[in-house]
Amino acid sequence: MAEAQSTAKRSRFDFGYFGYQLKRSPLTMVGLIMVVLVLIVVIFAPVFATHDPNAIDLRARLAPPSMAHFFGTDEVGRDIYSRILFGGRQSIAVGFFVVFLAGLTGTVLGALSGLIGGRTDTVIMRLMDVVLSVPSLALILALAAALGPSLVNAALAIAIVRIPFYVRLVRGQALIVREMAYVKAAHTFRAGRLHILRWHILPNTLSPVIVQGTLDLGSTILLASALSFIGLGAQQPTAEWGAMVATGRNYILDQWWYSGFPGFAILFTATGFNLFGDGVRDMLDPRQKAR
Amino acid sequence: MQYLNVIRKRLLFLALVVVGVSMITFAISHLIPGDPAMLVAGDRATPEIVERVREDMGLNKPLPEQYWIYLKGILSGDLGTSLRTRRPVAEDLKLYFPATMELALVALMLATAVGVPLGVASAVWRDKPIDHLVRALAVTGISTPAFWLGLLLIVLFYGDLGILPGGGRINPDIPRPPTITGFLLIDSLLAGDMTAFTSALRHIILPALTLGFVHLGVVARQIRSAMLEELQQDYVRTARANGLSRRSVIFREALPNALIPSVTVMGLALGDLLYGAVLTETVFAWPGMGAYVVNSIQALDFPAVMGFTVVVSFAYVLVNLAVDLLYMVIDPRIRSVN
Repeated sequence: MAEAQSTAKRSRFDFGYFGYQLKRSPLTMVGLIMVVLVLIVVIFAPVFATHDPNAIDLRARLAPPSMAHFFGTDEVGRDIYSRILFGGRQSIAVGFFVVFLAGLTGTVLGALSGLIGGRTDTVIMRLMDVVLSVPSLALILALAAALGPSLVNAALAIAIVRIPFYVRLVRGQALIVREMAYVKAAHTFRAGRLHILRWHILPNTLSPVIVQGTLDLGSTILLASALSFIGLGAQQPTAEWGAMVATGRNYILDQWWYSGFPGFAILFTATGFNLFGDGVRDMLDPRQKAR
Repeated sequence: MQYLNVIRKRLLFLALVVVGVSMITFAISHLIPGDPAMLVAGDRATPEIVERVREDMGLNKPLPEQYWIYLKGILSGDLGTSLRTRRPVAEDLKLYFPATMELALVALMLATAVGVPLGVASAVWRDKPIDHLVRALAVTGISTPAFWLGLLLIVLFYGDLGILPGGGRINPDIPRPPTITGFLLIDSLLAGDMTAFTSALRHIILPALTLGFVHLGVVARQIRSAMLEELQQDYVRTARANGLSRRSVIFREALPNALIPSVTVMGLALGDLLYGAVLTETVFAWPGMGAYVVNSIQALDFPAVMGFTVVVSFAYVLVNLAVDLLYMVIDPRIRSVN
């Protein structure tokens, strides 16, 4: 019992240290501010939006940015600013969905693989090797194409390809923890596998998984928008950043704002998550910082 | 001898990749909703014709046998027939491969030419404004949607300034130089055709910039970290103590050593660039494998998509093999360890 409490104590988040590290790393701070800004704007999209994102106004087709339409309008007169706010919900939801799905599946498989070992370990790891042997974008394209064009399928395809990274991470951690003296002691006291998984392996793998997840958010959002751009993600009339850049492409030489603003939203969000993710990794693994 | 060992190891890995990729693409092809025989036979085919197509395609055989036939096909270079172009997928990809490779190589050269000096500067002036700037640039690079950057460059250099073409590989009015390598830049030089060379060069600038920018950060980061490690070595301090100037220590002593591990990263970057070209090629109507696969996806041409996945995976492993060998040539320590 006492041992379980001490594990819980250790995994509690240290806000003071986090704040201190943030002050020392201006780029992480910038990343955090960008992420928080995007999340606020996207969560409260109905508050910040000036128009209904799907309201068509044919008299205001392809209007340039103005006070009435901050980022101009599209080919059927929809307000691009409002569509970007609502479109962010799709992109960010995909990011979190992928990281959650891949992180959860990867953690379960990796923990089982490391804890049980033997044939289970071999089968799981060989399977992961097979997935890892194919370049990820090529595999994502093939999967997304086979599943059919939709944002959920695009997210599934990305998640499947990301699973092996989490499996490897968690398995490695599980192998280390399994050999620790306190785990061996728990064994001696007849602690079952489930107990060891719950109280020793999972708490110890949580922070690397969170770091990996934070780092993955930026690239996932970028990938999902790329799939939408080539028609494998969100479908009309859903507002989604990649799909907006794709449609705007037809008007790019005269109406640059159509593709310009949604693309900038992708860049801003991905940069925010990547800066923040890098910073979080440096905090939890100071050895990386010098590199 | 040691070269042979590396080649043997990599070829074993290639065998794993062949089996892995073929299993995945085979599984995906069987997951696709809809009947492939119907897709090939067309909407108006009678049930008898569909049945005959099914037999011709071997779809009535048991799954393990189907996979065996598929694997044998891949090994003999048969990737199936494209539903869209009605030509063998392998032939199609062979046609488009040089354009993609040429673009990826030029992009890699650009990323290296800019990324190496930035990485060195970042390491030498560590924690100074330039270091922060380079790190921010590196993160921006990997966070930039390539398709969007490409569009912006088209607006600026083609639309507004009118100084560079907005798409394609060469001016269609210019006769193409005879194909020798498939790389237009080299072929036109070999033919001594400067008009074609200039046109090809002007066409490749924007797509290569787009693709290169994304990898610029990766290169700069790698050089930075390798340089930081070298600058802390004893030999650097000794060289300085012996009176060598800072500049000569950085460029003549530390940089050559820092470049060695970077070769791996650049090799990996070339692999990434090969399939990363998918988006850039679409934006610039660059007639390469990327544009081919996107068109195939939109036409539900699965044999072509799967063929692309197989070829790109092989190319990835082969590039890595080349990198490993190059690594051994330039770093004598690795040779002696082996």
